[in-house]
Amino acid sequence: MSLDLSPAGLPLSALSATQEARRQIEICNACRYCEGFCSVFPAMTRQKAFADGDLTQLANLCHNCRGCYYACQYTQPHEFALNIPAALAEVRVESWERLARPQALARLFQTQGVALAGLLVVALAWFFWALTMWRPVSGAGFYAHLAHNTLVAIFVPAFVLPLALIALSLRDYWREVGGGRVRWAHLMRAFDQAARMKNLSGGHGEGCNFENADRFSNHRRVMHQLMMYGFLLCFASTSSGTVMHYALGWEAPYPLLSLPKLLGVPGGLMMVAGAVGLALLKLRADPALGAVRVWGGEMAFILLLGGVALTGLALYAATGSALVGPLLAVHLATVMVLFLLMPFSKMVHGFYRLAALVAEAGRPAPSAGGDT
Amino acid sequence: MKDWPETFDLAVVGGGNAALCAAITAAEAGASVLILEGAPKAYRGGNSRHTRNFRCMHHGPMFPLTGSYEEEEYFQDLMLVTKGKTDEALARLAIRSTEECLPWMMAHGVRFQPSLSGTLSLSRTNAFFLGGGKALVNAYYSTAANLGIKIAYEAQVTHVHREADCITHLEVEVAGRPVTVKARAFVLASGGFQADIDWLARAWGPAARNFLIRGTPYNRGVVLRDMLDQGAESVGDPTQCHAVAIDGRAPKYDGGIVTRLDCVPFSIVVNKEGERFYDEGEDVWPKRYAIWGRLVAAQPDQVGFALIDAKSIDLFMPSVFPPVKADTIEGLATALGLHPQAVRRTVDGFNAACTPGPFHPTELDGLRTQGLKVPKTNWARPLETPPFYGYQLRPGVTFTYLGLKVDARAQVHTPEGPVRNLWAAGEIMAGSILGQGYLAGFGMTIGTVFGRIAGKEAAAHVA
Repeated sequence: MSLDLSPAGLPLSALSATQEARRQIEICNACRYCEGFCSVFPAMTRQKAFADGDLTQLANLCHNCRGCYYACQYTQPHEFALNIPAALAEVRVESWERLARPQALARLFQTQGVALAGLLVVALAWFFWALTMWRPVSGAGFYAHLAHNTLVAIFVPAFVLPLALIALSLRDYWREVGGGRVRWAHLMRAFDQAARMKNLSGGHGEGCNFENADRFSNHRRVMHQLMMYGFLLCFASTSSGTVMHYALGWEAPYPLLSLPKLLGVPGGLMMVAGAVGLALLKLRADPALGAVRVWGGEMAFILLLGGVALTGLALYAATGSALVGPLLAVHLATVMVLFLLMPFSKMVHGFYRLAALVAEAGRPAPSAGGDT
Repeated sequence: MKDWPETFDLAVVGGGNAALCAAITAAEAGASVLILEGAPKAYRGGNSRHTRNFRCMHHGPMFPLTGSYEEEEYFQDLMLVTKGKTDEALARLAIRSTEECLPWMMAHGVRFQPSLSGTLSLSRTNAFFLGGGKALVNAYYSTAANLGIKIAYEAQVTHVHREADCITHLEVEVAGRPVTVKARAFVLASGGFQADIDWLARAWGPAARNFLIRGTPYNRGVVLRDMLDQGAESVGDPTQCHAVAIDGRAPKYDGGIVTRLDCVPFSIVVNKEGERFYDEGEDVWPKRYAIWGRLVAAQPDQVGFALIDAKSIDLFMPSVFPPVKADTIEGLATALGLHPQAVRRTVDGFNAACTPGPFHPTELDGLRTQGLKVPKTNWARPLETPPFYGYQLRPGVTFTYLGLKVDARAQVHTPEGPVRNLWAAGEIMAGSILGQGYLAGFGMTIGTVFGRIAGKEAAAHVA
């Protein structure tokens, strides 16, 4: 008998992403040296055989910290040729494409940074046109350029419809991975792990192996959290503005010592710092340990997030000047693209990761079954 | 590659755990150090790449270890596996030193994790490396680089040049080019000879050509042979190696942990004639896996076949290779290349000899056969529930016992006395303590303890 770990003797390159991940995970599951790095490996020990849905779940649990790659005794040139971070990244990206609707948009925008840039140009042109066409008769601050009701009429559907699409995708995801009934405790555990980005801690708190090969570093974890919390602060800023507008009748522009600005300015600064950090780290990291074909789309998404924050801050800084009009168009265009692409870009990772963490929290603790 | 015109304080031969511990210890004491690793960078670390834990004495819970594991119990465990073939003074030195090694390892980048699933019985005695041995090796190489230690890969030492009681230089091939390396002190930590199949065949006969080598293909014992040829004192039985039964489909080299098969206690094992040859249920697997390499090696063509039925398929860790599967015993035999009638006879005879009683997979349940020439004394259940599964077994060599005899300072000796500037650590001298058998995690104990001793002694010598 000869060594043949590929189904029906196919060359490895002919395997689908899921088949290749299955081949690798079955080798991985017979070793288990990496159990302490993250949530993926303990989850893996529940099974001997892996259905497609199991692999989708493991792939979305994986945060691409890469600890297991550098620790692995079976990476190339070893004939087992394991590269778990890349194999799971491919399955993960494929699952986001498969579960998106329409799938073609996800395939386009996840892969092509150029497509995102193109959409941005279209959005820019449209907002410049809209600002000239719909300039209100009166209004203060940027409402002098675009009336509040017009903004609401544009952005509410642009925000709600993509979210609705994501909700449908998550429902399909839940079915595919066989997620159980969600309890409060599962949600709490998942949010706790995301809040601390526990799966980028390396299991020992010294971080992951992203930009510096086998040396550990917390840079990516810190930059990700700057971005994530910055984004949440900005979101809270917008939400507080909405409440003030409708509930308190206090309309923008708001002074520095108001909730929208106190939340939004630090949030924006954090997002800019996070975007710069994440982009630089991505340039230094080995692309072969991720899904190579979506590198461009991922990079464009980081820059877009940075662009949203930067133009928002610039708009605030330009208060009262002639630049408010053009900057408003630029800012609104970036926000619009971000919203529209939520289901079709890397933005969707947050939703799937949370779903995977909740599903994992709902499963029985991995057993200590085995050889002794 | 480059020449090194300078004379190093210390040249370390080898690039695994023991070599790195010696190099780091010496560099921290102020020595300039060169590591000569025979493998390319991707395969650096020798057999340490494949290890997973460190057996450690401790007086109370100490992360990641539970309970306590005192010197006496540790020593008795060693006596049990070696059947007394050990040097008590060296063994106790190694055991006692482990307690201070654990914090030293952490301080030099090694990270630990709780005992892996399926290995809970080791949580008290063995500290598991987070990510396994390659992660440990990576951590030590990073630490070595931080200390300014020079590292040469694909640097294979061909000759250790000795004049009287002193080593003067090494003859090395670096990426195929001859280079002379001069140093004031030398540590040999280049492992055993298990990857040299010709040597194995000379020691054990042609059957050894059918053995699989579980670890690195780079441990060919060139330096060990060179030292023995120069009259260095040796220790350990040259005709013995540690071999376990592994999946016969494993690669010739470097299959590592995933090629192990834990199904034997729940199976019947037949040879290529379809006949059973040993009690598969003699004891729990952790106490018996080590003898099965030798048992299979003694069978025709050095091959065995473990047969189980559907009742037992989920009772052991998954193997990296899927089992051969069939709906009938005859079908399974044919798929495995065995004579169907012969296997049928063996299975029928075995099934008829099974007796009723409670089955407990995790303890000696005394469920035994009656009246067989080769009994099965625990977990004997008839093979009757299809589908049936089969795994091919072959001997997988883990390490060899023959090595250099060292003293408590890790110094290498010739019949005329110690070589003043030469020390040895790791597998190349492990036979000094481990004369027979194996104790999980003890190889890393010997490498870490004697690597640090060798590094300290070498640095003191050149200071």
